[in-house]
Amino acid sequence: MPLTDENAPVVAQIVDGAVTLGGRPILRGIDLTVRQGEFVTLLGGNGSGKSTLVRTLMGLVPTTRGEVRLFGSPLTRFKDWKRVGFVPQRASATSGVPASVWEVVASGRLSRRGLLRPLRGKDKDAIADAIAAVGLSERVGDGCSTLSGGQQQRALIARALAGEPDLFVLDEPTAGVDHASQQAFAETLAELVRRGVTTVLVAHELGPVAPLIDRTVVMRDGRIAYDGPPLASFQDIEGWTDRGHHHPGLTEAAVDHAPNVGSPFDATTDGRQQG
Amino acid sequence: MSILAYDFVLLGLLGALFTGLAAPAVGTYLVQRRLALMGDGIGHIAVTGVALGLLTGAAPILTAVVVAILGAILIEVIREKGRTGGDVALAMLFYGGIAGGVLLTGLAGQSAAKLNSYLFGSITTLTTADVWTTVVLAGVVVLVAVGLSPQLFAVAQDQEFAQVAGLPVRFYNVLVAVMAAVTVAVAMRTVGLLLVSALMVVPVATAQQVTRGFRTTLVAAMGIGTVAAAGGFLVSAYIDVAPGATIVLLALAGFTLAWPVGAGLRRRQRLRAPFTAAAAGHGPHDDGHTVVPEDHEHRHGDDCGHLAVPHEDHVDYVHDGHRHAQHGSHYDEH
Repeated sequence: MPLTDENAPVVAQIVDGAVTLGGRPILRGIDLTVRQGEFVTLLGGNGSGKSTLVRTLMGLVPTTRGEVRLFGSPLTRFKDWKRVGFVPQRASATSGVPASVWEVVASGRLSRRGLLRPLRGKDKDAIADAIAAVGLSERVGDGCSTLSGGQQQRALIARALAGEPDLFVLDEPTAGVDHASQQAFAETLAELVRRGVTTVLVAHELGPVAPLIDRTVVMRDGRIAYDGPPLASFQDIEGWTDRGHHHPGLTEAAVDHAPNVGSPFDATTDGRQQG
Repeated sequence: MSILAYDFVLLGLLGALFTGLAAPAVGTYLVQRRLALMGDGIGHIAVTGVALGLLTGAAPILTAVVVAILGAILIEVIREKGRTGGDVALAMLFYGGIAGGVLLTGLAGQSAAKLNSYLFGSITTLTTADVWTTVVLAGVVVLVAVGLSPQLFAVAQDQEFAQVAGLPVRFYNVLVAVMAAVTVAVAMRTVGLLLVSALMVVPVATAQQVTRGFRTTLVAAMGIGTVAAAGGFLVSAYIDVAPGATIVLLALAGFTLAWPVGAGLRRRQRLRAPFTAAAAGHGPHDDGHTVVPEDHEHRHGDDCGHLAVPHEDHVDYVHDGHRHAQHGSHYDEH
């Protein structure tokens, strides 16, 4: 794959972005530009902010400073959501009521469908293609709860594909996924790369996806620690995620970036006592 | 039964039919979002609305609609803002609603029996205006719940995905809350405020014993709800008890019948599911095979009675903790 083309149009961009959740800084000084056709992976340890970064790109987390732009428009005015396919971090594709694989994937087509409009032939084809792309064609009518964890992840990927996105954003889609599903996942992504779809992948482990990557971004403590060509191994990434602290006199406190205790009316996830 | 009483029953039946159609339609989305008790909470809050009507002399069904909608929106806001402790805040709202209702009813000088007719439904106090309000509002709820089902499904299934797909998520969340509130308020004369939630949830739970998809669940739940509401209403008219009790017990009876069927279907499906072929180079039976050291009194086959499961190019038989296929003179454990 050619490395980043400096002249390609910018698809997604954060300029001087910062995010605080419940008064606690989660992301700081983020400058990230993703250009058309790039395949970018976001790596980093737990709590490094990589997931928050893509959620900020998708407008799910508000920025406290800086600006997010998708396809050239500021997020606040961005309306062209049909160009974006998002695979949120999920353990399963199920909910309280049974839903078939087809129904879950078809909900990914809504961004290209008007209100109260029946599905057109084009929509049905896109849904069938998306299901075929992740290898679930034989399970179309089955309930999602009967699928394995890896197959459920594939259904969620198909849901994002059904909208035929130009920008594909995946938040840890392969966490805890079986080997066969990882292989199917890598083949799906390779096909998207051939079609020129811009991809941002948050990952814990790369596995069979590694050869597709154009660029790696490593997050550490809410900042971008590395942004450049793919790193040869996770050994190198360890170097970038290492918390090099410049205050040797201080004893290092336990680092917990996502405390999750709250009282009934708390609007935040930050309920930690001081002292 | 006099002709007049017969008219009353027909009128009430019409209200019950529409309630039975609307309650599971909204209930499906509540159950999908794992908010099965939301209808119950709105019902508690609506008690205050009814009492407000009794106190001021306004039609209780209208004050109940207004208070229930306000309460439902408040629940939605609390749910959206406070992620961890939302349930405690909701519980306080529910108790506040019912306590406020009892207080206001007392202030209005009304008896507990009067309030009871709203809590558990009542045939004899139904008015024509109540029934037509029920028919119109429940009709609107059904049209919205079915017409917007792709959008409502997507939002209830995965809120973040729906937001990134450009759907106005908050609008749809509030819409479901308002639909639930309207349903609770119109259902109070037939099922009653304290039992309406059962009509929202039980038909959905019954339907999903045998369904695999969302749309079939929605339609089946509406059918089951209609049968339970109409049947329960007729029984209550016949034996002269509060209709809420008979409607809910009939719905629960339906669930009791459906559950063993569903459990059987699920078990059968689990057992019959083909075993995944182990990837090349994985699994023990690639390097030779595991021979079962057990004597068999018969050959496994189509008529041996043991569960047969297709596995790659052969059929595995499952019995007594074994899962194996014939291989020449012996059986291989797979």
